[in-house]
Amino acid sequence: MAFKHETPLLDQLESGPWPSFVSDLKRQATHRKENPDNVEYQIDTDCVEDILGVVELSYKEKEVHWKHGGIVGVFGYGGGVIGRYCDQPEQFPGVAHFHTLRVNQPNGKYYTTDYLRRICDLWDFRGSGVMNMHGSTGDIIFLGTRTEQLEEIFYEMTHKMDQDLGGSGSNLRTPSCCLGESRCEWACYNTQELCYQLTHEYQDELHRPAFPYKFKFKFDGCPNGCVAAIARADMSFLGTWRDNIRIDQEAVKAYVGGELPPNGGAHSGRDWGPFDIQKEVIDRCPTQCMWMEGDQLKINDKECNRCMHCINVMPRALRPGEDKGLSILVGAKAPILDGAQMSSMLVPFMKVEEPYDDIKEVIENIWDWWMEEGKNRERLGELIKRQGFQKLLDMTGLKALAQHVQEPRHNPYIFWREEEVPGGFSQDITDFRKRHQR
Amino acid sequence: MAFVSSGYNPDKPMEDRITDIGNHHYGEFLPPVIKNNFGKWQWHEILEPGVLMHKAEGGDEVYTVRVGGMRLMSVEFAREICEIADKHCDGYVRFTTRNNIEFMVDSKDKVEPLKQDLMSRKMEGGSYKFPIGGTGAGLTNIIHTQGWIHCHTPATDASGTVKVVMDELFEEFQNMRLPAQLRISMACCLNMCGAVHCSDIAILGYHRKPPMIDDEFLDNLCEIPLAIAACPTAAIKPKKKEITSERTGEKKEVKSVEINVEKCMYCGNCYTMCPSLPLANAEGDGIVLMAGGKVSNRISAPKFSKVVVAFIPNEPPRWPTLAKTIRQIVEAYEKNARKYERLGEWAERIGWEKFFEVTGLEFSHHLIDDFRDPAYYTWRQTSNFKFTEGMNDYAAIKAE
Repeated sequence: MAFKHETPLLDQLESGPWPSFVSDLKRQATHRKENPDNVEYQIDTDCVEDILGVVELSYKEKEVHWKHGGIVGVFGYGGGVIGRYCDQPEQFPGVAHFHTLRVNQPNGKYYTTDYLRRICDLWDFRGSGVMNMHGSTGDIIFLGTRTEQLEEIFYEMTHKMDQDLGGSGSNLRTPSCCLGESRCEWACYNTQELCYQLTHEYQDELHRPAFPYKFKFKFDGCPNGCVAAIARADMSFLGTWRDNIRIDQEAVKAYVGGELPPNGGAHSGRDWGPFDIQKEVIDRCPTQCMWMEGDQLKINDKECNRCMHCINVMPRALRPGEDKGLSILVGAKAPILDGAQMSSMLVPFMKVEEPYDDIKEVIENIWDWWMEEGKNRERLGELIKRQGFQKLLDMTGLKALAQHVQEPRHNPYIFWREEEVPGGFSQDITDFRKRHQR
Repeated sequence: MAFVSSGYNPDKPMEDRITDIGNHHYGEFLPPVIKNNFGKWQWHEILEPGVLMHKAEGGDEVYTVRVGGMRLMSVEFAREICEIADKHCDGYVRFTTRNNIEFMVDSKDKVEPLKQDLMSRKMEGGSYKFPIGGTGAGLTNIIHTQGWIHCHTPATDASGTVKVVMDELFEEFQNMRLPAQLRISMACCLNMCGAVHCSDIAILGYHRKPPMIDDEFLDNLCEIPLAIAACPTAAIKPKKKEITSERTGEKKEVKSVEINVEKCMYCGNCYTMCPSLPLANAEGDGIVLMAGGKVSNRISAPKFSKVVVAFIPNEPPRWPTLAKTIRQIVEAYEKNARKYERLGEWAERIGWEKFFEVTGLEFSHHLIDDFRDPAYYTWRQTSNFKFTEGMNDYAAIKAE
């Protein structure tokens, strides 16, 4: 098929084994041209050819050709749509106006083909047919439509698909989670349900930007952290437990005897020699809380910090305990503005029980503080750095714990509260001079 | 093309308006075997690269075939996913956080036909559509951002750099022979809408020139105080300037800004606030490589990635230097790290000075942190170090 624009550079990305997005875009461009289903395309039929053209130009010039976003959106929402315009509209009219929509994904990213096809049909009809499955925050991303289609898409989504947009701008971004209990034996709470419930509880915060900057919730079911909550969410929810690791001693024997593959078979591509429980599990335990007594594996659970290594290595012998819950850590963000931060421990353990009032209390206390004190474009992590961790504890009404720190402070520059010092801060110089000459 | 109304009435936007309904409940989309065993999974095993089996307490099994996906995907491609899911998986499919696609079946005999179907499908250009892999101690898919396809601030392309790196390391995607899992992530500018700062290897698009100033238009397009406040290093000041108008040729005084280039770290934050401060530039833009980060709490705490290559130029379409450099790091890791050791744990065990020797990467002054207080904690405060090639004594390190 001959397209509008020559793409000699992009064509070189069609070779090689990894799925080629260029081949895929060409397929979509061809599909729109041929239009076998006679779709009444609502934006330019050749828009995908123009995407190929504009990206080819960037490959040639090594500079981007999309302009800064404009203010577009759907009525009553401040987020969910990102304006996008091409800076060479005459050359690429099909993508001159090419806005993005964020569509709130189902939690855990499971789909029925029926639903997924409806998404496809809508986007084929009213947009470019090019999307992201999924964007970094978790949403389904629709890439490229014209302004007059935005309300139409929103109307069809809300009226015919029971589907809402996700977040963008200075609001709660679309929360996301790992697949949790749906298919993972390590999940310590139902990540999908908590994510779903909080998404619905905070619809106003998600659609109407009223925050100093973006705010992210991410829900990991265990300390393995498959959605990277600790690295990229202002509030990171990590599953954990507080009783003992469950041990199946027969399965331990089977691992020791070489009957079961260590690490769930994850290392089967290389000959690492026979499994050595001492070397691979006991000696690698960061808290050194495990040992063998004969053929029995013993764990001093009081010393365990629940890093998951032993459980990961022997999934059929070891399981997280039964008294499960989550930890809340706060303040992660990417480097902009003040350097990257990971989330810091705030609530070491909390049970996860509907209607999640405890969790909402922590969230709302934090929002009250951040919305009052946060500067424009200041993430929560930066506010905590600027005003101090003690302030965070005050605002959330929590007591200081040794679990909050990796180690105590390195300096004695302690800001005492006046009421903590007997007699307060005021002293009488005249009285002092009675005891000490000038 | 004729405009087709959805039923929305632009004159009465609030009529029948439905808002704030959120997303669908995930329960509607779960395959029966998943729904029936929700919260009852007991253990799992990776049967071969890309194929997982999860066993439930009651004895049910679910087999998952994981394939590498493109985050950037057409609806035609998604329809093909649906066709496969209908044929093999009773109409269910899921996507992973790392843009993989997972096809699940409820018995072992359904796995082979599914696998064969997936691997038989090729793009017209010859690449696989659904390569199986991405599990265990191997390389999984690269998560990434938009790049030149749709973003306004990228310093490099995302889909293209990911394609060439995955082509280069394709065998590691299909195998499980690394010491531990390897997570590569890609973000096309410092904004990192895909936060990549805690990845085993991070590919990061990066500008190296301060913004240009579109003086004549700046005051019309931007709130000057916001642009000034956006700068993390206070490099921007307001400035009245005498200019010659691009449109009329007349001289006039405009309100604009000036930038202290020595303070600028090219983050592009001002551009996000003010479109009259663009900074994209063919020679200036390129890639920073970071390494040694992780998000898992396993054995050691989560770690930030460290900058290990300060700059790799943009070399579209196939970024050969980028692909070669990443392969160099992965090969050194594969050969030298111990079982279960993540890339960053390996680097810390042998020492970062040794990391540069073993990988053959060059250490330059750009890699010594000088950004604010945290920089101090990255310098060496011990007499313990290892001698490496060419680092023998004072004479050897004196600048020429």
